[in-house]
Amino acid sequence: MDQILFNIGLLIEYPMVNLKIVIDGVMIGALFALAAYGLALVWGVMNVKNLAQGDFVIAGGYTSWFLVKTGWLQSIGISSNIVALIGVPVAFGVMAAIGWVIYKLIITRVIERDLFTSLLATFGLAIMMAQIMNLLFGSDTQSLKLDYETLYFADGLIDVPIAKLIGVCMAAGLALAVILFMKNSRMGQAIRATSQDSRAARVMGIDTEKVYAFTFSLNAAICGAAGAIIVMVWLIQPFYGITYSVRAFVVVTAAGLGNLPGVIAAGLGIGAAEQYGGHIFGIGYQQAIAVTLLLIVLFFRLLQQRRKRQALN
Amino acid sequence: MTKNTLLYAVLVAATVAAPFLFPSYTAFLATLWLFIIVALTWDMTGGQMGYNSLGNIFFYGTGMYTGAVIAIGLYFPVGEWTDASRSEVFSVTASQYYTGMIIGIPGAGLFCGLCAFIIGPLFFGLRGPYFAIGTLGLAIAAGEIVSNIEWLGGGQGISMPHSPLHPDFEKVLIYFLYAGLGVVLFGFLRWFYSTRFGAAINAIRDDEEKAEAMGIHTLRYKTITWAISAVFVGMAGAISAFQLIHFEPLETAYQTINLGIFMVVCVLLGGKGTLWGPVIGAVLFHVFKEVTWNYILGGQWVALGLLIVIIVVFFQDGLMGYLKHVRPGWFGIKVDTKGATS
Repeated sequence: MDQILFNIGLLIEYPMVNLKIVIDGVMIGALFALAAYGLALVWGVMNVKNLAQGDFVIAGGYTSWFLVKTGWLQSIGISSNIVALIGVPVAFGVMAAIGWVIYKLIITRVIERDLFTSLLATFGLAIMMAQIMNLLFGSDTQSLKLDYETLYFADGLIDVPIAKLIGVCMAAGLALAVILFMKNSRMGQAIRATSQDSRAARVMGIDTEKVYAFTFSLNAAICGAAGAIIVMVWLIQPFYGITYSVRAFVVVTAAGLGNLPGVIAAGLGIGAAEQYGGHIFGIGYQQAIAVTLLLIVLFFRLLQQRRKRQALN
Repeated sequence: MTKNTLLYAVLVAATVAAPFLFPSYTAFLATLWLFIIVALTWDMTGGQMGYNSLGNIFFYGTGMYTGAVIAIGLYFPVGEWTDASRSEVFSVTASQYYTGMIIGIPGAGLFCGLCAFIIGPLFFGLRGPYFAIGTLGLAIAAGEIVSNIEWLGGGQGISMPHSPLHPDFEKVLIYFLYAGLGVVLFGFLRWFYSTRFGAAINAIRDDEEKAEAMGIHTLRYKTITWAISAVFVGMAGAISAFQLIHFEPLETAYQTINLGIFMVVCVLLGGKGTLWGPVIGAVLFHVFKEVTWNYILGGQWVALGLLIVIIVVFFQDGLMGYLKHVRPGWFGIKVDTKGATS
């Protein structure tokens, strides 16, 4: 308790610390927002609540990590820093392929069933993916330690590694690309039409099965790219996946489906909230805070619905 | 009716005789009963009431910790007992151990029931997948928070008092505790599902809005059902605490992906919403797990994930659902062949 009070006192005494926490939180929050956007996409289009979302993120991270660690590209004279950046599109591609396979094997069979079926099937998938990654890469936490410089502001109180800045810029670029794709391309229009009314879309000649497969694959690819960015600066571990899934759920539940600005704001907000919580309660509570935020958001939404005499479903 | 009575008599006799006939399998059988208990209690909300919880393991872990805290706290300060750097050795006498057990196990059950009563109104506004995700979040959050509480031993967990019994007898005692709880639970559920209360929760599963319109106070029914299942899971958790001697929060107590998901798999394998389904599913799953686990070393959890996916995708009605489909007569369902169109 004294420790908590001391930490809060620190925040008040040095206002710059607040700024540092917010900057850190917003940076990681950008990646939460990416994963959450993928979840909202799948949720909205095919009404599948994907609990393996976080494991896609981690799998993407390991793809990029593996690319750097094997050193194939370094052997032809590309520096590790560049390889890590190449890892992002590679993870995007690899996870798109994995997502497509998963769709064809599992998801296509549970779309028409009740929601618990898809939830439990993706939970099984999440366990399976985490364990396969554990077998392949071991259970240690991994991170690519890139030798980018770190920028310092305000007498060294605020440190911003350039790698983080690059990561956030890539996340923003990816988000922008996906949004433009959804707005302008033929496939993007088909996806939006399917999410509005799949039956009507089918009547209008849209191959919804193809749209579903593409959406799921795109979701996995977005998550994979987010993971590849995460591994550049932050840590990944085979069993961190469930926390990322939970965060994606928090963001989507808080923002609601099809509310893109809301998803981004909630993603950044949960990043900052987690950093604040980690600072105040100690780093050991970070996972607990992510999950507790889920409960808080759920109950908050519940109260909103109750005022309208409806249940959250 | 006499046929059924005979069946139950044989089963009870087998339950009592099993640890003496197969002494080397006592621990296996004890775990089997644990699986049956958690599967039956999961089915109370999941199968009969339509609220699929992924976080019933919360009550298991809470029961474990409550049982331990009661058993230790009756005679010793818990904070000093769990202090990792303590130098003094606490010695527990036989009578202290048994008192702790006798008070700890029901105490854990009551505490878990109380927890369910308090959190029930919060969670039962959530429907369908939100309920599943919310309860999963509850279990994960509880594990993470408990592993940060120094008073409860933190991430190291708690060591239980040592049993005064010889380990072989201790195993038999644990087996009978589980088996007794399981038999009581089964008998209770057999009666419970035949009451008006059972009919009411089935009505909630079939259509909650209509049930409410019929005058069923749904929240009260849901909370009471969840609390009853929590009492039994909590007691099972407390027995596990005595069985395991040492346990820690994330991998043993709030083991979200082990037992927490096993109970769902057991029920789905056997058949949701039936009395015998969870029992049969638990037996099948446990035997399957014990037989195959050693041969697929390292890949067990991959196999588990695969098993969940396969069961959910291809075999969701479970064994009882399959039998109901193939042999409707066994379940008292009359198929009108004349009226059926091809």
